[in-house]
Amino acid sequence: MALSRWVLGLALFAMPGLAQAQDLTGTLKKIKDTGTITIGYRETSIPFSYLGAENKPVGFAMDICEKVVDAVKKELKDDTIKTNYVAVTSSTRIPLIANGTVDLECGSTTNNAERQKQVSYTNSHYLSESKYVTKKASNINSIADLKGKTVVSTAGTTNIKQLNERNQADNLGLTILAAKDHAEAFLNVETDRAVAFVMDDILLAGLAANSKDPSLYVISTDSFSKAEPYGIMLPKGDEPFKKVVDAATAEIYKTEGPELYKKWFQSPIQPKNINLNLPLSPALAKQFEAPLDAADPDAYIR
Amino acid sequence: MDKIVDWFSIFWQESAEGTGTYAYTLLLGLQLTLEISIIAALVAFVMGSIVGVCRTLPSPLVRRLSGGYVEFFRNIPLLVQLFLWYFVLPELLPRDIGMWMKQIPHANFYTAAVGLGLFTSARVAVQLSAAITSMPRGQKMAATALGLTTRQSYTNVLLPMAYRIVFPPLTSELLNLIKNSSVALTIGVAELTQSARNMDSYTFQTFQAFTAATLIYLVLNILVTTVMRRIERGVAVPGMLVAK
Repeated sequence: MALSRWVLGLALFAMPGLAQAQDLTGTLKKIKDTGTITIGYRETSIPFSYLGAENKPVGFAMDICEKVVDAVKKELKDDTIKTNYVAVTSSTRIPLIANGTVDLECGSTTNNAERQKQVSYTNSHYLSESKYVTKKASNINSIADLKGKTVVSTAGTTNIKQLNERNQADNLGLTILAAKDHAEAFLNVETDRAVAFVMDDILLAGLAANSKDPSLYVISTDSFSKAEPYGIMLPKGDEPFKKVVDAATAEIYKTEGPELYKKWFQSPIQPKNINLNLPLSPALAKQFEAPLDAADPDAYIR
Repeated sequence: MDKIVDWFSIFWQESAEGTGTYAYTLLLGLQLTLEISIIAALVAFVMGSIVGVCRTLPSPLVRRLSGGYVEFFRNIPLLVQLFLWYFVLPELLPRDIGMWMKQIPHANFYTAAVGLGLFTSARVAVQLSAAITSMPRGQKMAATALGLTTRQSYTNVLLPMAYRIVFPPLTSELLNLIKNSSVALTIGVAELTQSARNMDSYTFQTFQAFTAATLIYLVLNILVTTVMRRIERGVAVPGMLVAK
């Protein structure tokens, strides 16, 4: 009797699945116990996370998150885990991660040191740079070509600040217009009042794609800033969960990062079949090859 | 006291635009506000006078045209008008003229100044024509009886009185004009309100930025009111208007 109990105990200990179940903590335990994983999505962060056809959340970050969910299922050896979607906004995303309502926030959230005090980030999925959009006809190929010309940006943004700094540092002699919002700044280029509009590349791509004739515009390869990383947020200080997610995202980026990028940034996307036509930046290509989760923009210069 | 000094130390910090301190940014904004207001006031006064007089002339055609002018500028919001002048008008003109308009240095500044002036001129015109028609009919008849032409009766008899009558409402219009100049920020003129907004978005010191803008507008408009009162008293014709 005593022996059989001992054998049973040994057998239980030897079963890796059971032993692991007892070790689970934090988010992984919560997912296992409740049988659901909760994903936070954005309603209008095109093309990262937004409501597409049939009001279903889709996007570049959503695709990545779906694969992360698969990895979590595999880790927990439980295929019955359901995915629960919760809409978040710029102001609710951090509190909802911090209080455990949402397990993964899949959107266009900048990874910075200030936010890392409250949440963690997995490997960055996008690097947003301050670039400019011009008309193809104006034949501007570099920042140096802008010399002496009129350039517009949006009042009160960091982009206009960087533009002013570069103007002085490089002695470009630019006339800088400050438009009240992005749409109006773009209008200044559309009507030839300014040759270029300086803004985050992804916002420029969206504005150009939605303009009357997207084929007229081209987004620069030169940039006015270091690349700011966008990351998928997860609860802070949950190492086991972060380890699973990090491994999953690293794997996704390495194997199908460029392919996913092409799907969302260089092909027609739902719901209106608009093509953002945004080339893959060298920095992001590097990031897909060797993923990082750093908040410091300098870390991505390599 | 120390806390107050601390609060307002932001004004002596180097601004994010790299053009000087934030106090200097606001002063540059004030300068643009003043320049726009002065140009706009001149446009409003000249155009308002011409159209105001036209509205009281005997010719029905002239009256209808000047009436149309007033309805156009009075019934469209100022914000929309500035957009029309700045973004729409150059597209409607022949391409070369449109491009020339866009290439004028500080095109947005002049658009704002003239646009604001035209908007205000419609209001001035209505006030002036109301003043002319409010005067006793005998004035015009006496001028005609003296053998004065229409032009002479306006310049020598009607207008000198009419301007005195509309002086107080004109002061109000001038104050409105100074406040309305903030609309210029929508076409990218960094006047006082835009300067305060820029300061706010770079420093997040909302309270300080807008307190400063508020005080500057207040002081400016009190100064204008005081000066206009002085002028009003100086040009008053004893016994003709409300006795003071």
